[in-house]
Amino acid sequence: MARTLVFRLVALLASAPLAAEAGVVSITLPSDQGALKAGTGMEVTQRACQMCHSVDYITMQPRGGEAQWRGVVNKMIKVFGAPIGDEDARVIVEYLSREYGAGR
Amino acid sequence: MSGRLSRRDFLAGAGTAGVALLLSPPRASAGAADPVLAGRPLVRYPEKTELILLTSRPPQLETPMKYFDRAITPNEAFFVRYHVFPIPTRVDLDEWRLRVGGHVDRPLELSMADLQTKFSPASITAVCQCAGNSRGRFSPRVLGGQWGDGAMGNAEWVGARLREVLQAAGLRPGAVDVTFNGLDAPAFPTVPDFVKSLAVGQVMDWPEVLIAYQMNGRPLPMLNGFPARLVVPGWYSTYWVKNLSEITVTDQPFEKFWMKPAYRIPDTPCGCVEPGTAPARTVPISRMRTRSVIASPESGSRVPVGASSTLAGVAFDGGYGIQTVEISDDGGQTWRATTLGPDLGRYSFREWSARWAPARRGPQTVMVRALNGIGESQGMTPLWNPSGYLRNVVERVDLEVG
Repeated sequence: MARTLVFRLVALLASAPLAAEAGVVSITLPSDQGALKAGTGMEVTQRACQMCHSVDYITMQPRGGEAQWRGVVNKMIKVFGAPIGDEDARVIVEYLSREYGAGR
Repeated sequence: MSGRLSRRDFLAGAGTAGVALLLSPPRASAGAADPVLAGRPLVRYPEKTELILLTSRPPQLETPMKYFDRAITPNEAFFVRYHVFPIPTRVDLDEWRLRVGGHVDRPLELSMADLQTKFSPASITAVCQCAGNSRGRFSPRVLGGQWGDGAMGNAEWVGARLREVLQAAGLRPGAVDVTFNGLDAPAFPTVPDFVKSLAVGQVMDWPEVLIAYQMNGRPLPMLNGFPARLVVPGWYSTYWVKNLSEITVTDQPFEKFWMKPAYRIPDTPCGCVEPGTAPARTVPISRMRTRSVIASPESGSRVPVGASSTLAGVAFDGGYGIQTVEISDDGGQTWRATTLGPDLGRYSFREWSARWAPARRGPQTVMVRALNGIGESQGMTPLWNPSGYLRNVVERVDLEVG
């Protein structure tokens, strides 16, 4: 029953008119989701990390100590070329180790 | 199925992408009983039904376990995984071309019509599974996308054979690797573009590798690679490059970021190391390990005592075909065979089902394991590697009987 309904819905969508421009397929992506915990360094962390990805990339990770987060931030800078200065990197590692640290 | 789509059919199907986005606000968590999925919202992305959100940018969406009670995963429920951002959100088929170049005699610029008419359509039913599927269940835990078990799906793919396209371009002597690039391109030039490679010798002996433009009888959803993606049956989906735009033959081994150091496994027979340790040497990940899941009933469900319930799920492997699927309700001491569904080919999900009539009340665990065509099965103890790849331990559901 439910599957028949889904099938009909799909058939209906398939017969819907094309997008305004013939031959063009386009979609609109939803905006970012997820939020960082409040705390000293949150704004700097958010600004730096969101240049390339949503913050749910951070919040889903296993909790870990300073060594883990220093490794992650260093990877973003050295491997992916994130333009993050030394002072901001220090603030970010401190924030992540505190708010997303082992045992949190 | 015949496979050939007229351009009109193709666009009519693709036009669903242009329908207004049906985005529902985040809902209750996807699976409160499952620590890996707890708290994750169910979301609707364009051309997709409700899927479990892993990350929003680049988008990574996971298929709920309930869809794995059947061999074919619906397009709208198929998982999504991108590496870099921005990703393509608009494709004009009149302008899109697949460029085939590099170490070849005749560089090609193929339109969709060329791809569909100059090469015989080939069809294959094959599982597409992320290398890191189930990474969230690793212990000790590892960094990376914390997937539950839904970074996989199975579809019937129709497309041109890669081998024939390369033959049309004419490989020059000394060709080594073939690289694949899609329309996704990082905003920052320092971020490595997502490009993958396969060895020339291997793909020329492998007719099942397709440049697919059809998925379960429809154009591919944009988020699954519209208008064409590579299909590498039996191999983890890191090689199944989406929104494909560029194929380049090289005369040198290709070892850019997403081939090295990314997507590599320990160079050991099991692809594993002692938990928490680093491998001495690594190799690129390739063939999928044998796996099986119980999709129904879902873990945490209640089933009646003294009455027969149906257990169902799918099993798959790296391309040798599933021979048997067994279940155990005594912690793996004894196993009994299940009934297999239709054989859709050696690269496909294989449905399995069994009747199960528990005699006593209380919590009980049912386990499942599969055996493939070369005797590979699944272990009771998880194998570990630092990137969280290749998970294939015996899976279980915890049920409340009574």
